[in-house]
Amino acid sequence: MAYTEEELKKELETKEYEYGFYTDIESETFPVGLNEDIVVAISKKKEEPEWMTEWRLEAFKAWKEMEEPEWANVQYAKPDFQAISYYSAPNSKPKYDSLDEVDPELLDTFKRLGISLDEQKKLAGVAVDIVMDSVSVATTFKKTLAEKGIIFCSISEAIKEHPELVKKYIGSIVPQKDNFYAALNSAVFSDGSFCYIPKGVRCPMELSTYFRINQAGTGQFERTLVIADEGSYVSYLEGCTAPSRDENQLHAAVVELIALDDAEIKYSTVQNWFPGGKDGVGGVFNFVTKRGLCEKNAKISWTQVETGSAVTWKYPSCVLKGDNSIGEFYSIAVTNNYQQADTGTKMIHLGKNTRSTIISKGISAGKSQNSYRGLVQVNSRAENARNFSQCDSLLMGNDCGAHTFPYIEVKNKTAQIEHEATTSKIGEDQIFYCNQRGIDTEKAIALIVNGFSKEVLNKLPMEFAVEAQKLLEISLEGSVG
Amino acid sequence: MLKINDLHARVEDKDILKGINLEVNAGEVHAIMGPNGSGKSTLASVIAGKEEFEVTQGSVVLDGEDLEDDAPEERAHKGIFLSFQYPVEIPGVSVTNFMKTAINESRKARGLEDMPAKEMLKLIREKSEMLEIDRKFLSRSLNEGFSGGEKKRNEIFQMAMLEPRLAILDETDSGLDIDALRIVANGVNKLKSKDNAVVVITHYQRLLEYIVPDFVHVLHNGKIVKSGGKELALELEEKGYDWIKNEAVV
Repeated sequence: MAYTEEELKKELETKEYEYGFYTDIESETFPVGLNEDIVVAISKKKEEPEWMTEWRLEAFKAWKEMEEPEWANVQYAKPDFQAISYYSAPNSKPKYDSLDEVDPELLDTFKRLGISLDEQKKLAGVAVDIVMDSVSVATTFKKTLAEKGIIFCSISEAIKEHPELVKKYIGSIVPQKDNFYAALNSAVFSDGSFCYIPKGVRCPMELSTYFRINQAGTGQFERTLVIADEGSYVSYLEGCTAPSRDENQLHAAVVELIALDDAEIKYSTVQNWFPGGKDGVGGVFNFVTKRGLCEKNAKISWTQVETGSAVTWKYPSCVLKGDNSIGEFYSIAVTNNYQQADTGTKMIHLGKNTRSTIISKGISAGKSQNSYRGLVQVNSRAENARNFSQCDSLLMGNDCGAHTFPYIEVKNKTAQIEHEATTSKIGEDQIFYCNQRGIDTEKAIALIVNGFSKEVLNKLPMEFAVEAQKLLEISLEGSVG
Repeated sequence: MLKINDLHARVEDKDILKGINLEVNAGEVHAIMGPNGSGKSTLASVIAGKEEFEVTQGSVVLDGEDLEDDAPEERAHKGIFLSFQYPVEIPGVSVTNFMKTAINESRKARGLEDMPAKEMLKLIREKSEMLEIDRKFLSRSLNEGFSGGEKKRNEIFQMAMLEPRLAILDETDSGLDIDALRIVANGVNKLKSKDNAVVVITHYQRLLEYIVPDFVHVLHNGKIVKSGGKELALELEEKGYDWIKNEAVV
């Protein structure tokens, strides 16, 4: 078997999108285009109170005046926002009491994705709130959570059932006008997840949401809001897969995390949106705004494994407002073929003795471009702030690129900032060494990549880590054997 | 077991092997000696199936099967092991994890299930004790930050774990101090049996004091120019490679 540089490249290019199938479920889809009427119609469809409709309209007004940002190191044909349908829901009635009532074809889709709900239920207590084309179709384990006073539901439900919480926190970390995509999301978000952990409660299970785009030409605008009240703890898992499509699909999500005094939020993402074909056609545009706020002694930890999307624009960030608060960002970003990723984090140190850690691992193959962009900002009042950043890039072949754009702004002399960066390449010698021990090229690449990513994989919850490892292999595997 | 017939190989446009003939039987230890650039390491790489070398003529036959179309991993599955002169580093992959993967891949090729964890642990314990390897060493990233001696000992540890039919040791003695050399050689000697064979590639006679060969071959300019018993190594040490070079010219 051959594995010269040239052939290695070829192998990596020939990866097929594993989850590229399409579920044929009747959907109700809005006509394409965006205007005030559509915004109002979405709000109405979701039976939202007036304040929410107003909030959306405010966002829409702001969005109309804004321009799509161009500073990221990515190139793509800008989406025609008037050619997108902004709402699509599976036609079967939402909210089921048991799985038996769920559309069997939908269940089959989940099975093919390896997300059997039955299995999930049995697994160490993972409650799954599945968002399929914008509407939650199944929510499990609600009861157990309810006993602890934990609220875990769709954002639409939360708007109706817990308006006081939503009103207080939505847009508090990512304001409507924060950026172009966040404004768009605020105007048209279809659904998403809401989570509230009461004071002093340690959430007994990993909370998990699977997102999935399923309608051709339907934009996805998920909205997630997680609130950890004083002294509470929650670990939240987010995973995505999407079916193959030739046209570009836009995904502009907003995630807001609020960690009040002494609270801790661990937010883990495995992202596998359709990356486009090996010729660079199609694929999801993933323009996401994720930000968390830490009050006193609070901690927010972002862990992400990103293998999908044609274009990614994403910077999960932490605002370290409270004294002694901690922000962490652990990331693995894989790009192959013609994928482009501009991703990283912002750590904003406002409080005293605030600490942040950034570990970023970028893996580029094919003709892809992989950029890390990170900001570490230390405010003038942030005494004794500390940051450690490490950005490692791994290259495969000669046609891909890895870029690092670290920004450091320090306005306090007591700050300690460290930044380390490395770039390496998978060598033919490494692969031959593995081959000689009986390990084929595909497995060898998986082994090397997993080794490179280990520090971040170790931060994921156990079951998720296994899944992520599998995903890394799928993303880089070729047609060997 | 191994039969090499009139083997010619080149890299890029340079002919390196120019007609090698060699037969190695089970239970034998062969030493291949020769000056720098004579083609020793190339021979090892060609037997292992490294793609950058092009076989232009002749064949490598293992147990009656021509290996021509076999990928390096398939050759490994058939029992060929190469102890590298310069083992590569694989950051983040522990020695244990690497060995586990290698063993299970070979088992898979033979239609066997993964080795049960308990059995694997037992094997690791046994072999690491034999080679006086510290257990902590096994959790370190493969070859990363290893000293020259540690790298070579790790190669022999892998050989012990994989139990090959044919082991080729490429300059295993280079970079070893006398104690490490003794440990490595003892390991190889313990692994030797009537069913397997060892080919030792070396520049110096030193290693052959510990791993005693049945046959010594001298490689020069891509050909085996002289073969003999273990005394040939001593003669070579005494007279130097110029002796062979001159003789080859004559």
